[in-house]
Amino acid sequence: MSYLEYRVQSVPTGWRKILHLNWPLVVLLMGVAAFGFLMLYSVAGGSFRPWAEPQIKRFVLGLFVMFSIAMVPIWFWRNVSAVAYLGSLALLVAVELFGSVGMGAQRWIDLGFLRLQPSELTKITMVMMLAAYYDWLPAERISRPLWVLVPLVIILLPTYLVLRQPDLGTAILLMTAGGGVMFLAGVHWGYFAAVIAAVVGLVAAVFESRGTSWQLLKDYQYRRIDTFLDPSSDPLGAGYHITQSKIALGSGGWAGRGFMQGTQTRLNFLPEKHTDFIFTTLAEEFGFVGGASLLALYTLIIIACIVTALGTRDRFSSLNTLGIAITFFLFFGVNMSMVMGLAPVVGVPLPLVSYGGSAMLVLMAAFGLVQSAHVHRPRQK
Amino acid sequence: MKRNPKELDALYRRTGRRALLVGGLQLAFAGGLALRMRYLQVEEADKYRLLAEENRINIRLLPPARGRIFDRNGTILAENTPSYRVVIVREDAGDVAQVVADLGRLIELDPQELEDALEELERSAPFLPVTLADRVSWKDISRVAVNAPALPGITPQVGLTRHYPRGASFAHVVGYVGPVSDYDLSRIEDPDPLLRIPRFQIGKTGVEAKRESLLRGKAGARRVEVNAAGRIMRELDRREGEPGADLQLTVDADLQEYVHARLQGQSAAAVVIDCENGDLRAIASTPSFDPNLFVRGISVADYRALLEDPYRPLAAKAVQDTYPPGSTFKMVTALAALENAATTPEDTVYCPGFLEVANRRFHCWKRGGHGHTDLLKSLEQSCDVYYYDVALRVGIDRIAEMARKLGLGERFDLPMSAVSGGLAPTREWKAERYGKDWLIGDTANSAIGQGYVLASPLQLAVMTARIATGRSVTPRLIRSINGVEQPTGTGVSLGLNENNLRQVRRGMFAVSNNRRGTAFRSRIAEKELRMAGKTGTSQVRNITAAERAAGVTRNEDLPWERRDHALFVCFAPFDAPKYAVAVVVEHGGGGSRAAAPPARDIVLYALYDGMPPLEAYPEAERSRVKAQQERIRREQRRRATVRGDRA
Repeated sequence: MSYLEYRVQSVPTGWRKILHLNWPLVVLLMGVAAFGFLMLYSVAGGSFRPWAEPQIKRFVLGLFVMFSIAMVPIWFWRNVSAVAYLGSLALLVAVELFGSVGMGAQRWIDLGFLRLQPSELTKITMVMMLAAYYDWLPAERISRPLWVLVPLVIILLPTYLVLRQPDLGTAILLMTAGGGVMFLAGVHWGYFAAVIAAVVGLVAAVFESRGTSWQLLKDYQYRRIDTFLDPSSDPLGAGYHITQSKIALGSGGWAGRGFMQGTQTRLNFLPEKHTDFIFTTLAEEFGFVGGASLLALYTLIIIACIVTALGTRDRFSSLNTLGIAITFFLFFGVNMSMVMGLAPVVGVPLPLVSYGGSAMLVLMAAFGLVQSAHVHRPRQK
Repeated sequence: MKRNPKELDALYRRTGRRALLVGGLQLAFAGGLALRMRYLQVEEADKYRLLAEENRINIRLLPPARGRIFDRNGTILAENTPSYRVVIVREDAGDVAQVVADLGRLIELDPQELEDALEELERSAPFLPVTLADRVSWKDISRVAVNAPALPGITPQVGLTRHYPRGASFAHVVGYVGPVSDYDLSRIEDPDPLLRIPRFQIGKTGVEAKRESLLRGKAGARRVEVNAAGRIMRELDRREGEPGADLQLTVDADLQEYVHARLQGQSAAAVVIDCENGDLRAIASTPSFDPNLFVRGISVADYRALLEDPYRPLAAKAVQDTYPPGSTFKMVTALAALENAATTPEDTVYCPGFLEVANRRFHCWKRGGHGHTDLLKSLEQSCDVYYYDVALRVGIDRIAEMARKLGLGERFDLPMSAVSGGLAPTREWKAERYGKDWLIGDTANSAIGQGYVLASPLQLAVMTARIATGRSVTPRLIRSINGVEQPTGTGVSLGLNENNLRQVRRGMFAVSNNRRGTAFRSRIAEKELRMAGKTGTSQVRNITAAERAAGVTRNEDLPWERRDHALFVCFAPFDAPKYAVAVVVEHGGGGSRAAAPPARDIVLYALYDGMPPLEAYPEAERSRVKAQQERIRREQRRRATVRGDRA
């Protein structure tokens, strides 16, 4: 769709755009971030340093970024999608070549004022790229094999680069979100059924072959899979995180042990308590009530996004918004499953709550795109 | 590219449907997460709450103060003294090498200890204190304390260590403590968790080991909150332990020390027993060693020196070594014969210097013989032939029975290490032990305390006390536990004929009071305190016929380890026996010369409860005794000064 196809007159202009923002979404984001500040203050032992204060500053910066992006018409963002995608691919390659090693993986480029994690950026630019692609692609070609191959390449290129870092969590996120966008764009469900069947078949084959003459993997690889799937088999190694995290969660009870009263956190039994495992602190100190509240906020954000997406007839806007919603959902879904012992430990932060600069800014930018789509949605007379 | 609006509409609707599907899945997943959260936090909450508490709370044991040990008069024998050590905490020290170097300029550090400490420092958590120097003197510790600001991470600490102020005099009785070894742990079935505390010390020998359970006390505990690294964050509560029980021994420290001084330079043992209640007033073995060396951890060189010393300083000879009692056994043979009417006090035996038994000549120590000998003379002059003759008449079984009645061959239950039972041989014993028949010659040998008969100095003292009182006096070493008096060993009547006993005692009196008695020189001049005794000389070697023909080699001409053991038993005062004493001097030669004088001195010291006046001694002895008393006084003063410094 070209610029001219928008009914320009009905779209608000100038400062009036602010009135047309999706304000409930803004409030929900602030609510989630507030949970984050509270927990970062608590895990630092009742201090704004070293985590809560920078996090607040970054969130304010993030709000500014979100509003700025929202002010710019969505078609501009659609038009730069390809550039943004290629740019983030270039950054991923750069990180591969010059990146710093942190937590055993190459993840960021130090820009001086910010440690940029291109993998975070890629999560959004890939969704943009896919949305723009399906916006451009005529409907009759959507399910044709050749035209299905193109988005697969768009997804697998960054996935491969991220896997090399290695960052399994982000790779899974990219593939699932990308697949989700493809599904939403209307690719024939048969493809998805085939892929799912193939994956299930392969996994089954790998496990079936164990101990037989046609074993597909080496024994030590199986053992690694075992500990990955069942961390309790290695209670002091991989299982330590999960065990301690479940203890923290469970000991929170219905109403929690009270703000800054969590013993598991305060006594350092929980590793990564300010990043990936911050939810356990929340659950320990505010109990089921606190944890469920945060989950409810997250769910409302997803609903707000879906409402925005369904409220626009612009294809890029709705696919992009839904893609962002899926990415956001995958963030907290995987993180929470992990700390509750439902999923293996992969490094995925709790969105807007975990301490971390790149993730926060990128997410706020993504919500800027959602807001832009909302503000600049085609109005019907 | 122009789009067909109908097509677009279809696409829009499809996306809408699929968005609702995906949204529904997401909501369902969120609902699943909420259910899981509810399961963990509401249904399983108690379980995880408990696990969190276990994570957080640690129980640290507080070692109790070990019970003290006193002598009968309240003199302290084993105490817990504060000991100072210098510890370092790595995280506070910063530059460890620099701080240690500074400390090294201030006080002397043992290089070995320092090396171990630095190694431990590498391994342990940065907040755990590591001992740099142990048993630091008060002067050094004050020096460290004053310079504390210049020594970051260094703190002086105070702990308790066992100290034995009487040192060597009580090494064999009280024993010593040492760190728990793997061997100790393997021996104990249900080890007290206290034993796992690093540097915890338990009794290794003597009373310390045998009454370990009383002395150790009960551990206290404190519950502390720890973080994941094990660092203590705060103390939650504290329950003090129960200190170990204080023990009071029957031993008189002053007398014990005198005995040690009197026997100094000899490999000897002496036991003083209270005839009235069996209290062991002194139980000494010389030479001895300083038990404090073992508490500190004895050096290999020192330990080897103790092990290789031919006088065996580590052995508690008074209770654990047994000797052929020699002529001190003759009272047993005499009583057995009298009680069984095999002889009367008036019956005489003719002693030509030997007795032919089963074609073998059994010699009397006096080659010319004693002529006609009755009971009194046989004891007074220790005639061997008299006892060969009497023993053959009464038989070994009766003799063994009498020996056991008098405490020989009985293992007394004293809280000391390796208390021996000795041996009062019988026919059955020999058949079992050697598979051989008892020979008539064995009876003759046993009659004079040679051959198979073995007794410890303790048993000889008990035997003497029983002869002196006619009661089954039993030795007692622990007088009271935490002030609670323990049962005495007064005993009951042995059921022996009082007249027979009196005859034997008269014989013993003659030994040290008749001019011809074997211990006449060692008599007590003070009339009220006169003693009755019996000398003994037990052969370590066999004297062959050829040797006897050529003239028996004099003891003095033999190497030390082949000389005879000298023994002496006595009780005093004769009219109202108070103390019985047994002295054994290993390879000391004749009993009358080597064992009787110290026994006499010891019994006098016990009776006077201090250094006896010279008037108690026969005139001829006084100048020699005076010189000796001077020497011992000097030694006592020296020891007191050493103790005074320590206190």
